[in-house]
Amino acid sequence: MAQYEELLQKLEEIQSNALNSLEKVETETDLQTWRTAHLGRNAAVMQIFTQLGQVSKEQRPLLGQRANQVKLALETAFEEREETLKKIALQETLVRDRLDVTLPGRRPIRGRLHPATQTLRRIFAIFAEMGFQIYRSRDVETDEYNFELLNIPAYHPARDMWDTFFTTTPGVLLRTHTSPGQIHIMRENAPNPVRVILPGMCYRYEQISARSEIQFNQVELLVVGRNITFGDFKGTLTDFARRMFGGHARTRLRPSYFPFTEPSAEMDVECFVCGGKGCSVCKGCGWLEIMGCGMVHPVVLQNGGYDPNEFSGFAAGMGPERITMLLHCVDDIRYFWGNDVRFLEQF
Amino acid sequence: MKIVLSWLRDFVDIDMPLDQLARLLTMAGLEVEEVRLVGLPMPPMEKHEFKFTGLSWDADKIVVAQINEVMSHPNADRLVLCKLWDGQQEHIVLTGAPNLFPYKGQGSLSAPLKVAYAKEGARIYDGHQSGQVLTTLKRAKIRGVESYSMVCSEKELGISDEHEGVIILDDDAPTGMPLVEYMGDAVFEISILPNMIRNACHLGVAREIAALTGKPLRMPVSKMPADGPSIEDQVRIEITDPSLNPRFVFGLIRGVRSQPSPYWVQRRLRLAGMRPINSTVDATNYVMLEINQPLHAFDYDVLVQRAGGKPPTVITRPAYPGEKLTTLDNVERTLDPFTIMVTDTAGALSLAGVMGGLESEITENTQNVLLEGATWNFVNIRRTVAAQRLPSEAAYRFSRGIHPALAMQGVQLCLDRMAQWSGGQIASGFVDAYPEPLVDPRVVITTEDVQRSLGIHLSAEQVADLLSRLEFTCQVEGERITVQTPPHRLDIGQGVVGVADLIEEIARIYGYDNIPASRLADTLPEQKGNPSLEMEEKIKDILVGLGLQEVITYRLTSPEREARLLPPGLSLGDVSYYVRLQNPIAADRCVMRRSLLSSVLEVLEHNIRLRDHLAFFEIGPVYIPQQDELLPDEKPQLVIVLSGCRDLPSWDQPEVQMMDFYDLKGIIESLLGGLCVQDVKYEPSDDPVFHPGKCARILVGDADIGVFGELHPLIMERFDFESAGSPVLAAEIDFDALLYAIPSRREIKPVPLFPPVLEDIAVVVDEDISSDRVMAVIVETGGALLTDVRLFDVYRGEQVGQGKKSLAYKLTYQAPDRTLTDAEATRIRQRIIDALGEQLDAQLRG
Ligand SMILES: [Zn+2]
Repeated sequence: MAQYEELLQKLEEIQSNALNSLEKVETETDLQTWRTAHLGRNAAVMQIFTQLGQVSKEQRPLLGQRANQVKLALETAFEEREETLKKIALQETLVRDRLDVTLPGRRPIRGRLHPATQTLRRIFAIFAEMGFQIYRSRDVETDEYNFELLNIPAYHPARDMWDTFFTTTPGVLLRTHTSPGQIHIMRENAPNPVRVILPGMCYRYEQISARSEIQFNQVELLVVGRNITFGDFKGTLTDFARRMFGGHARTRLRPSYFPFTEPSAEMDVECFVCGGKGCSVCKGCGWLEIMGCGMVHPVVLQNGGYDPNEFSGFAAGMGPERITMLLHCVDDIRYFWGNDVRFLEQF
Repeated sequence: MKIVLSWLRDFVDIDMPLDQLARLLTMAGLEVEEVRLVGLPMPPMEKHEFKFTGLSWDADKIVVAQINEVMSHPNADRLVLCKLWDGQQEHIVLTGAPNLFPYKGQGSLSAPLKVAYAKEGARIYDGHQSGQVLTTLKRAKIRGVESYSMVCSEKELGISDEHEGVIILDDDAPTGMPLVEYMGDAVFEISILPNMIRNACHLGVAREIAALTGKPLRMPVSKMPADGPSIEDQVRIEITDPSLNPRFVFGLIRGVRSQPSPYWVQRRLRLAGMRPINSTVDATNYVMLEINQPLHAFDYDVLVQRAGGKPPTVITRPAYPGEKLTTLDNVERTLDPFTIMVTDTAGALSLAGVMGGLESEITENTQNVLLEGATWNFVNIRRTVAAQRLPSEAAYRFSRGIHPALAMQGVQLCLDRMAQWSGGQIASGFVDAYPEPLVDPRVVITTEDVQRSLGIHLSAEQVADLLSRLEFTCQVEGERITVQTPPHRLDIGQGVVGVADLIEEIARIYGYDNIPASRLADTLPEQKGNPSLEMEEKIKDILVGLGLQEVITYRLTSPEREARLLPPGLSLGDVSYYVRLQNPIAADRCVMRRSLLSSVLEVLEHNIRLRDHLAFFEIGPVYIPQQDELLPDEKPQLVIVLSGCRDLPSWDQPEVQMMDFYDLKGIIESLLGGLCVQDVKYEPSDDPVFHPGKCARILVGDADIGVFGELHPLIMERFDFESAGSPVLAAEIDFDALLYAIPSRREIKPVPLFPPVLEDIAVVVDEDISSDRVMAVIVETGGALLTDVRLFDVYRGEQVGQGKKSLAYKLTYQAPDRTLTDAEATRIRQRIIDALGEQLDAQLRG
């Protein structure tokens, strides 16, 4: 009888001793030692199971049940302790592994398109959505295509508008604008309608300075069809300006002169740097000249193979470098072909 | 072109603010670049829109005054004291103006001198500083005399740079009137379009304003009688070629006395940018600025003398070969056959329309003036101006075309002005040679023409009204308007061109702003795309993705610049090698480039010290002259250039490695892979630009598409690359050949469903067997089940023996329809090892 009470008493002691010592366990190693000591084969609670025979048959299951309860309690306590220790260990690791997040990152080397290409692509994309296709033609041209077929005969006063590089081959020059492409595309397409943009490098005989270059990109538009009006050309260019310069861009068309268009116009956009109040970018006038444009001259239509009594069209030309300069307040056009990485990397 | 507001008001009433006038003109194609205020106040403006410069005169502080007496200064010889009345009170004003000295000591002047008088506190320009520096008049003591006000020079009032003397106004200037009210003005700097030369004068601009505002235009009138003995029989004109000289008019005035012009004339000329000379010369310039007709004055007596005392005969003709003339500027000029000459029986007198000759020019003492008003072929004038480098106000107008009707009007008005300002008697009549009078175009335009071009409907009456405002004469019949061009413009053509010319005028006067915008409603043309451009864009995107910076270089260069890439001992060959400029702007930009690589290497040279890693590419043409072809071949090329370290040095990895041949090869492989180019081979190349052992040719099938490698040390020496301490890698690829190699379509393989068997093998081969050959044997022998082979190690050393190398490969075996067994894999592996042994004498490395 006394044996039973004694064993029960012992179980209580085993449990409280084990739990007390578990509380002091701080490391994984100690935890495993504790487990061997208190839940291993030779652990005190296990010894109780071997002593079940010492109590009466009636008491035996009660003692066994109690021993199981103690074992279970120790196991649960072990698991909890193990979990807690893991959490603490993880916490320590996380703290230890903390970085100086302000140190610079490892940047992959990044490539870039030239700023002129970037602007050209924006222009291409806007016009592509309006159904314009891209047509390219050569840099070294004949006088005939660069001037005469565009209604600019030799010694015409309008020739003053283009300072031209001539080659040593008579009648061969560096195109001063992409307009020779107008004749090429018209002759390839007549009498079908045309809606193209003509990008390309052009050349002018000028002193190189912050404001002028001997070589520059130009993008021209050419639309030829049976029902093309001044209103269409105004609408198309206004839509373009809105997309290129922002939804609030105000534009105006001002009469101008080009031998290959009539009526001719200059499109100005309200200075987006100062909002029209006047600044150094717009030279105080509040407007920026962005393209020359107009209805295709009847002589040019004729030279392209279209009957001006049936067909009409419009043309416009702009400079991507100039547009880039205006958009980014670049004040020196020489940066473009200078290709200094300190300029290129900013785009 | 400088247009003076007060002068415009001779011809049309203007009551709008200055900025509105500037806008009106600009929006009609007469772009106002600047408005210079000469006294008038600045208009209030919300937005700038126009650049305003100049000086506004304070009405209270700057007034017309009269000097009643000029007295000597008690302490200074070079100063005088003026007794001056400003309409309210008398002042004693100190001045050093030399043009007042003649009046010194004359006592009270019988005709007081009218002057511009600035009081204390007036803001004017400092006359003693160069340029225009604003200053405020303050009280001061000069040489013991108190001074608080000033008699002004033109410079001080911002009229001109003239500071030699003070302004002496015309006698009728009202004393006490604010000066701004008397002669406050503004000058519009207008850029004249090439087809609007008719507006390079005050009447022309006034006509535009009248058309735009609907106000009437007042034509200039002659006031003086032409009642001297008739000009007939006093001079004869012979035009040898009317196509060169359509019209020639002479007028004559006798007994002129040249003197300074009235002040208002001098002021207008100065504001318009011309220097007053004397009343006779000024009259010719004044009329040119007034109605656009350049005029030329001869000393009649000199011509008579040259004709041996008889009435002279003036002949116009092209210059003889080698003919010479000393022009007004005292330069003896040799003339070309396209130059038109005005001559007499004794020889050349002047370069028609460009510049007078020295001998027959009028002088201060000329009494009898023979006045020429003529019209010349604009092409000949242009060529003469260019050949003689002799731009002038007259030539500027003649070279753009002046209507012959103006010749007569100009002579008439100018004789009138001469008589007014220089005295003299105008001979009655003119000698007028006009062999083939110009017929001004008559154009028929319909409302349908207007609708078709402008997209707006205007009635025939509206069209007629718009054109009539510009002095076109219109006859309306239903929807047809017959339009007669007025006799002052040459820019209206015939037929379909004339219609376009008129439509522009209609649109201009109607206002571009008033034409509504629409969207393209016409048939969309067939969409064809531009495959070569689209592929070019894709290639650029791939290269940018690989970390390269695109550059765009000058396409103009010099043979010397490109010669840096020539192998030693090789020269450029003959001149036809390049597309060469006839008029280069600089010696180092005199030809179109033949080498894109040379241009991109220049970019590398420029940047070499700026960054540790440099990687550039450019796609652009080179220009190759073609035998028997007028135009060169424009061959696009792709150039890639690398130099410096592979990765950017970082704080935890300061050690860097330099890029080498295989970095560039990797970029090329990635590019070709990205474009799905198949069947690519690399072969050693002996291109002399490159290191003989580090250079490869890129072959696609049998086509050679380009070359790349490390620059030859001797080529490197010619560039400023030394400090880089890194090799320079470059690739030069024929862009068209590359495009040709890109397959138009490709199939995507299914993603494998069954696991692969992976295996490594290492073989030892002779050093001179290229890795390419080993790879070829493996791929060929492995067959379809060998889906990937990758070289992962190259080893040389004792373990493999001298003259040998070990190549290690990762092999991937995979079947599309089943899981491969190890046994199958082993059989393939064995076949590969056997083949390598047989064909390349390769040993499996244990
Ligand atoms: Zn601005």
